[in-house]
Amino acid sequence: MSDLFTQSAIVAVVAGGIRLAVPLLVASLGETYGQRSGVLNLGVDGIMLLGAFGGYYTVLKTGSPWIGLLVGVGIGVIMGLVSALMAVTLKAEQGISGIGVFLFGLGFSDLLFQKWVGTPRPITKFPKLDIPGLSDIPWLGEMFFQHSVVIYLAFAAIPLSMWVINKTTFGMNIRAVGENPEAADSLGVSVSRIRWATVTIGGTLAGIAGAILAIDLGIFQQNITNAQGFIAIALVYFGAWRPLGIMLGSLLYGLVNALVLQMKVLEIIPTDWSDIAAMTPAVITILALVVVATRFSPPSALTKPFTRGA
Amino acid sequence: MSLEDVRRRRVLAYSVPILAVLGALVIGAIMLVALNADVVKGFSKLFTGAFGSGSALIETALKATPLLFVGVGITIAFRANVINIGGEGQMVAGGLLSTIVALNAPDLGPFVMIPLVMTAGLVGGAIWGAIPGALKAYYGVNEILSTIMLNVVAVQLMNYLLRGPLIDPLEVERGTRIPQTERLVESADLPRILGSGRFHIGPLIAILAAVVAYILLWRTPIGYRIRAVGQNASASRYAGIPVKRTVVLALTMSGALCGLAGAVLVFGSESHRMVTDGSTAGFTGSAGFNGIVAALFGGLHPLWTIPASFLFGGLLVGGLALQRAVQVPSALILALNGLVVIFVVSSDRFRKRLLERPPAVIEDGNNTAAPAATATGPPEATDPGGGDA
Amino acid sequence: MKRKFIWVAVLAAFALIAAACGGDDEVDVSDFRVAIVAPSASNDLAFTQSIVDAVDALGIEPAVTDGTFVVEDAAAAIRGYAEEGYDLVLAHGSQYGGSLSEIAAEFPEVSFAWGTSAETFGLDNVYSYEAASDEGGYVMGVMAAGLSSTGNIGVVGPVETGDAKLYVDGFIAGAASAGATATAVYTGSFSDVALASETAQSFASAGADVLTGTAQMVVGAVGVANDEGILWFGTQANQTELAPNIVVASQVYHWEVILEDIIEQVQDGQLGGEIYKITLDNEGLVIEFNEDFDLPDEVRQAGEDAIEGIKDGSISTG
Repeated sequence: MSDLFTQSAIVAVVAGGIRLAVPLLVASLGETYGQRSGVLNLGVDGIMLLGAFGGYYTVLKTGSPWIGLLVGVGIGVIMGLVSALMAVTLKAEQGISGIGVFLFGLGFSDLLFQKWVGTPRPITKFPKLDIPGLSDIPWLGEMFFQHSVVIYLAFAAIPLSMWVINKTTFGMNIRAVGENPEAADSLGVSVSRIRWATVTIGGTLAGIAGAILAIDLGIFQQNITNAQGFIAIALVYFGAWRPLGIMLGSLLYGLVNALVLQMKVLEIIPTDWSDIAAMTPAVITILALVVVATRFSPPSALTKPFTRGA
Repeated sequence: MSLEDVRRRRVLAYSVPILAVLGALVIGAIMLVALNADVVKGFSKLFTGAFGSGSALIETALKATPLLFVGVGITIAFRANVINIGGEGQMVAGGLLSTIVALNAPDLGPFVMIPLVMTAGLVGGAIWGAIPGALKAYYGVNEILSTIMLNVVAVQLMNYLLRGPLIDPLEVERGTRIPQTERLVESADLPRILGSGRFHIGPLIAILAAVVAYILLWRTPIGYRIRAVGQNASASRYAGIPVKRTVVLALTMSGALCGLAGAVLVFGSESHRMVTDGSTAGFTGSAGFNGIVAALFGGLHPLWTIPASFLFGGLLVGGLALQRAVQVPSALILALNGLVVIFVVSSDRFRKRLLERPPAVIEDGNNTAAPAATATGPPEATDPGGGDA
Repeated sequence: MKRKFIWVAVLAAFALIAAACGGDDEVDVSDFRVAIVAPSASNDLAFTQSIVDAVDALGIEPAVTDGTFVVEDAAAAIRGYAEEGYDLVLAHGSQYGGSLSEIAAEFPEVSFAWGTSAETFGLDNVYSYEAASDEGGYVMGVMAAGLSSTGNIGVVGPVETGDAKLYVDGFIAGAASAGATATAVYTGSFSDVALASETAQSFASAGADVLTGTAQMVVGAVGVANDEGILWFGTQANQTELAPNIVVASQVYHWEVILEDIIEQVQDGQLGGEIYKITLDNEGLVIEFNEDFDLPDEVRQAGEDAIEGIKDGSISTG
């Protein structure tokens, strides 16, 4: 057990936790926009998978992770628009339509992977960036300041989102539409346009999250997300629909995962207990939420399609 | 608008999901063409594989069974305005508890064992549904979060048990340690009917469950409370309905049905044991998700979920046959599955619109002035808060 | 006249000898229909790919239903292929056994082969096959011990079951025999690539300089090893292409060695009842070295010695 408290172990856990958290963070943040405006999108995992394959395939062919990321963006935008069409204009039942996108994404990404790639080859990853000065700090340097570039970008999206949601007109409209669409509508805010925007943003970020996942792992495989998209959705609730909460939630989940892993590596957790240990992140998330949840409530209009005059 | 118009619209309404499925299949056909697969052969296999022979129909019925259980469960939860995406975990929980009971109870013959293990399945799933129910009602934890997390927990629990305490002693002997139990006691096998050897009473139990759910929701005080809470929670509270307890009850019942699905899967399976590959879907076949779709197909009404599950089950079985016949990757079938869901869900609005009876019809003397809600065929799951026109 | 006779006789003798020598085309597979049902993707560089490649290597184009990790669906597929009259149905998944025993009994004219396992249920139309992956594991464990300078060797496993467990146990035993300790971590999933990657990362931080692992999620670990300059030993398929700089060797499954036998027997009318194992000895398992990797001679020798020792039975892989 004392092995766990060495510098290398602790650094490994924190750095690993951050890495595991990033795709969750980005996808969850995207879903927050949608949910804040009243739309639940359960298809996040499917969009992540399509973005992951698109990103992987592009890097495989072009050698540039940045173009791959761009393709991930593009795929996310398209799937976001599709999701918006279903949820906002066609008013599909939100608890279910996303599942269709999930199944489609899972199958289609695998199909293309088998037909266009065949045997997987590793790809170029994002460059690592050691932040000058900060990365030399003992302990903290390795934990926080020696990551791949996209990780910094992902974390930058948090304060950015906080600003957008809380300080801009757009953000105010999003919140209004999510809490009371009738009132917002009567004030001249186009509920459907706001929701189209937020759902598309959600899809875009999910596509980015997937691309980041694949490119940072340097490989693709069927079901590479392994249901992380659903965890990301759950984290929106955990984070009480606020970007800061999302960040804390994804970090908690990532860190617990990394900690369990490190304990297995150091043989603190014997292999017999491997499965029980794997439950830990989920259980901790629920427990933490019990503690937190009584203070925050969801956007009132969440999952309810809006029709003027209803 | 006359009565004939109404009837015509109703017919159109029922054809909407069918048209949606066809739309998805068209895209599927395009994908097949892109893969140089024989589209005609593929699609004919899709239909014959699902409905084309006695054994195909049996396979379809068997595939539809967990969908029906889950779908009915989802319907109950939806009526209380609760979304239950924990079906996968609840199926696992039910399967596990029924397996544990079978492994530990003395062999008391089929008339005791079968109801015993089925009840265990109900209980297992009920527990797994009650947890998120209670968390929601008493701690405000959103059920989407808790059910997703509990799905994860259920998988790991299943892996631990099937690889540890419940493992087949033969596996330990052989050293292979496949996560499966021993062949469970024969008297708990679901009895086969129609002699063919594959068709067991599972589908019948599922149909029975759907009927019971219908009666429960529309003919009992509990069902009334569930629907009331789903329509308008605060009004229900004013009326003295214990909202929290009702929510817990709805999720518990939903979970129980999923648990029963799990038990039926175990005791009706070819291998007569609980086995997995390490993931939930390895055991459930994603019935926890597909059941939600079946519920939607059925307009969130328990009785209509019966044909809906059968048709959807046929699609799944037919898809597998298509894959074998034209040798496309199984992934294509999965993508097709997703497309069907997308198309059907997206077209639902048109179906609902076609089923509404405009107020003008009530003027017709032959018509008793029935409130629009009950006159529109299968009762709709109105979105809470009246969000839809 | 006599001369012609002699020539014909000589040619006939040649033909007989050539046929008896056994080449890949010896078995007439032109009409032999094989179907494979497997749990993961055909291009997973691991379990499923190994069997698909093997059937391909025999010149047969199999019907494949892959990605079938849902046991009931696999049962439906096995049954479906049997109904369509395939000559040999390969149920390539240990978890399919329970279902297979029921199905095979219903189709006595179809031959089934179940892998990986050593059980034929007493049915005479079921073959079973498995891999002595612990053997290759042992050999590579020995070499890993020789290559590691920190003495820190890591194993990234999926789930402690079946073929994976065999390999891991063999590897650890091999490393131990050469005086090094290898640590195994089971991620709990066959498919979680990110977790495998993080596990490798954890090992790297703990100072491991040689890694190995099994199952399709291992590609994540290989990627990390590549980045960190850690050496890699692969199994189930040749993984050199994944990371040509750091992959030392791979234990490749050549199922075709036994499949050939099975097919011949089926064609002769014996549809089952035997258990097969691919081993280093029968060359069903082959340690394929990465020729571009600069492997020190003494390590290679230790490996070759281990191979010989296992083949002649002097070494037990525990």
